Amino acid sequence: MNSRMPPWAAKALVAVSLTASLANTAWAGGSISAQRQQELLYLLQQDCGSCHGLTLKGGLGSPLLPINLADKPDAALVEVIMQGLPGTPMPPWRFLLEEKEAAWLVRALKTGQTMKVSP
Amino acid sequence: MVGTRSENRPDDEGIAMKFSKLIAFALLIMPVLAAAEARAQAGPATIRGTGDLGLVIERASGSLQVIETSQRTALGRVEGLGDLSHASAVYSRDGRYAYIFGRDGGLSKVDLLARRLVKRVVQSGNSIGGAISQDGRLVAVSNYKPGGVKVFDAGSLDLVANIPAQASDGSGLSKVVGLADAPGQRFVFSLYDAGEIWVADFSDPADYKLRKYPNIGELPYDGLITDDGRYYIAGLFGEDGMAMLDLWRPELGVRRILDGYGRGEEKLPVYKMPHLEGWARAGEVIFLPAVGRHEVLIVEPGSWREVGRIPVHGQPIFAVARPDGRQVWVNFAHPRNDTVQVIDVPSMKIVHEFKPGKAVLHLEFTPRGEQVWISVRDADRVDVYDTESFQRLTTMPAKKPSGIFLTARANRIGL
Ligand code: HEC
Repeated sequence: MNSRMPPWAAKALVAVSLTASLANTAWAGGSISAQRQQELLYLLQQDCGSCHGLTLKGGLGSPLLPINLADKPDAALVEVIMQGLPGTPMPPWRFLLEEKEAAWLVRALKTGQTMKVSP
Repeated sequence: MVGTRSENRPDDEGIAMKFSKLIAFALLIMPVLAAAEARAQAGPATIRGTGDLGLVIERASGSLQVIETSQRTALGRVEGLGDLSHASAVYSRDGRYAYIFGRDGGLSKVDLLARRLVKRVVQSGNSIGGAISQDGRLVAVSNYKPGGVKVFDAGSLDLVANIPAQASDGSGLSKVVGLADAPGQRFVFSLYDAGEIWVADFSDPADYKLRKYPNIGELPYDGLITDDGRYYIAGLFGEDGMAMLDLWRPELGVRRILDGYGRGEEKLPVYKMPHLEGWARAGEVIFLPAVGRHEVLIVEPGSWREVGRIPVHGQPIFAVARPDGRQVWVNFAHPRNDTVQVIDVPSMKIVHEFKPGKAVLHLEFTPRGEQVWISVRDADRVDVYDTESFQRLTTMPAKKPSGIFLTARANRIGL
């Protein structure tokens, strides 16, 4: 496991063209309702949190703090969320999330604005 | 399992005093009586056992509630326990103290009777669970970061041993999962990244012995030990099977069991890792949650043959047997986590299904199984059900409840 290419790098090769601009428009408000944004943050904290830690500092899954993600392209991270990382426990979320929602989550993660929902 | 003694009782010899002095005496001791009374009402000084006590983890607020299963009430809250997502607990053998393993590396010792945090040490950056030794003197914690196991004195929480999980192939530290206690003062655990099982023998804490079993398969994600303390089983995320170590015959090494239980079919996406600690022995067989499948596996211990599988509502997280083994209750992974199903063991059929609410995270039976306590995270509720009538007996508020742990665990191997 340890000698593998970082997952984001592998994904970046196939995904750069995909969502670079989409992510930014989605964050700007886009078509995600305020209520859905709250739901997404709740999902991030509770359900992503079950592997990545409630405070996203890492668990079985890697830490997802801004410092961990800063140099990884948005598009690659969106791809990881939607497709998962085969051979690891990171599941594909495409059955439960839309791509623009994943993009919105990536912006939230990168800017550290993930704890809006009070527990 | 006896509670704190209430002290400062009025001196009986006072009754023998002369009548003329009795009133004066009564006036004198009134404050003492009042103080004793106040303590009794406050709870901790009341004499009581701990056999019907337990705790509910409130995962997001770093608190827990002390619960009591005879009257089915919450007795109070203990706060300041840090990040409790995925937290678990073990008990001292007298059932008075709980050791809580938090996600943030915190190990907390809580006095259930006094309802007070006795001590808390942050012993790593990121931890996943723990175990208490056979003799109750050592508490071990398994850590993700830095990967390894730390062993503490159960009384003082002073560090006794630090076991870094260096992979045998030299690839570095590995996350540790599936830590369980085994007879003979042993702790057994799995190395997630390295794919190994290690057995640490703490018969002599100052000079513990490690035995390592490499190449058990890819990505062990959790482990269980059977209630007789004989078999340790690690679930493998990266493979279609499980790894088994017979602790009565460790020289045989780790063997693969249930190979190909997924029949090579593609797994469904797994949104939450199943917990093997919730495995269930009922009658002659064991029930295990299948990874990435809507099935519970039925396995014969010893031969480790699969004797059947039961299709269920979603991907099972916990499959827990009622203590008499007559029923197995199952909860499920996101997004099907609003449902609980009950398997009747003699017929191997699902005889009951209900929806307590969104995010049913854990189920815990009372020691003789007449009640089951269920945490419903998103509803901020803990519900208590009768296991024969399936009626809800009561419900109580809790802040994002997750694990429920009753003191009966103090007396069981592997819990
Ligand atoms: C069942 C466990 C699990 C769940 C649930 C889960 N993840 Fe992951 N995730 C992982 C693991 C394990 C990895 C690391 C894989 C590896 O490299 O070994 C990972 C990796 C990632 C990465 C890549 C990080 C990096 O530095 O490259 C991102 C981004 C991510 N997850 C986001 C999410 C989001 C968002 C959710 C919720 C919608 C989520 N994950 C839910 C297990 C999980």
